Amino acid sequence: MDSFAIEVGQTLAPEATLFWILAPLAVVAALGMLFVKKAVHSALLLAWVMVTLAIFYIAQDALFLGIVQIIVYTGAVMMLFLFILMLVGVDSSDSLVENIRGQRPLAITAAIGLSGLLVSLIARANLGVEAVGLRGANSEGNVQGIARELFTNYVWAFEVVSALLITAAVGAMVLAHSNPAKSRTAQRDQSIARFRGTSLATAAGLPSSGVYALHNAVDVPALLPDGSPAPSSISATLEARGDMLSSKPFELEVKKEEED
Amino acid sequence: MCIELMLNAANLAFVTFSRIHGNLAGQVTSFFTMVVAACEVVVGLAIIVAIYRSRRSASVDDASLLKR
Repeated sequence: MDSFAIEVGQTLAPEATLFWILAPLAVVAALGMLFVKKAVHSALLLAWVMVTLAIFYIAQDALFLGIVQIIVYTGAVMMLFLFILMLVGVDSSDSLVENIRGQRPLAITAAIGLSGLLVSLIARANLGVEAVGLRGANSEGNVQGIARELFTNYVWAFEVVSALLITAAVGAMVLAHSNPAKSRTAQRDQSIARFRGTSLATAAGLPSSGVYALHNAVDVPALLPDGSPAPSSISATLEARGDMLSSKPFELEVKKEEED
Repeated sequence: MCIELMLNAANLAFVTFSRIHGNLAGQVTSFFTMVVAACEVVVGLAIIVAIYRSRRSASVDDASLLKR
């Protein structure tokens, strides 16, 4: 089965080269994400970090996770971030004044404490362990191996996480829902309004584009049955810029037939 | 976004140690972390959109204004 990872034991040259080129770049990008002034630059730098991590996952025999990282994280999550940044406004910025008193020193202490705890735990579990590598676990392929783990040992977590996904989707729909600005008129009201309009044109509706003329671009007005341009087909922007054309050159010529 | 960075860092640690131990449990945990992080991003950003719509400002630090 495909395996891009080199045998473990000692870090051989190709993997070392990959790591030492990409990892400092990823760290620089992550630091840049924290300190850059514009939010969109920050989001793009984070996307860079995520793509680099996907390369690392693939280089370490986690093929499924590498591809999922690109599709889910870089593709979906970062695009969602960018959409919301665009929606909310790229120039909007938070105030840097701290509301909670004493948060910075407390946060730094807690971070140092937690990192010390994690480092010591992980070191105790992992230092001195023979590196085994994933050739054995991936013997049927990485996707098959993960599927075997997921549906036997972790099936309860899998079901719960799927419930979480559904809840999150429904929750997002509820939170982002907004009532429409004006209520939509029902069919009966629309029909009444049509016949009470100023002219019969509203009752009959405008002819479709090209019925009385040969051109249906946005800069040529549509014609009413009496030959005058329909006001609702004139684009206000183009009219203001003076870009609206006259429909005269595009009118159909009616051939005069000789009466027999 | 910084939360995403931290979660990705944890994922990288999981994948690396899964390779050391020769066990795919680390990768499965990393997979679950990704799912949970995606859900969290969705809900968090929906909250930001809702706050922005009602208050026309994206500063969530003012959300403590209910407290006297």
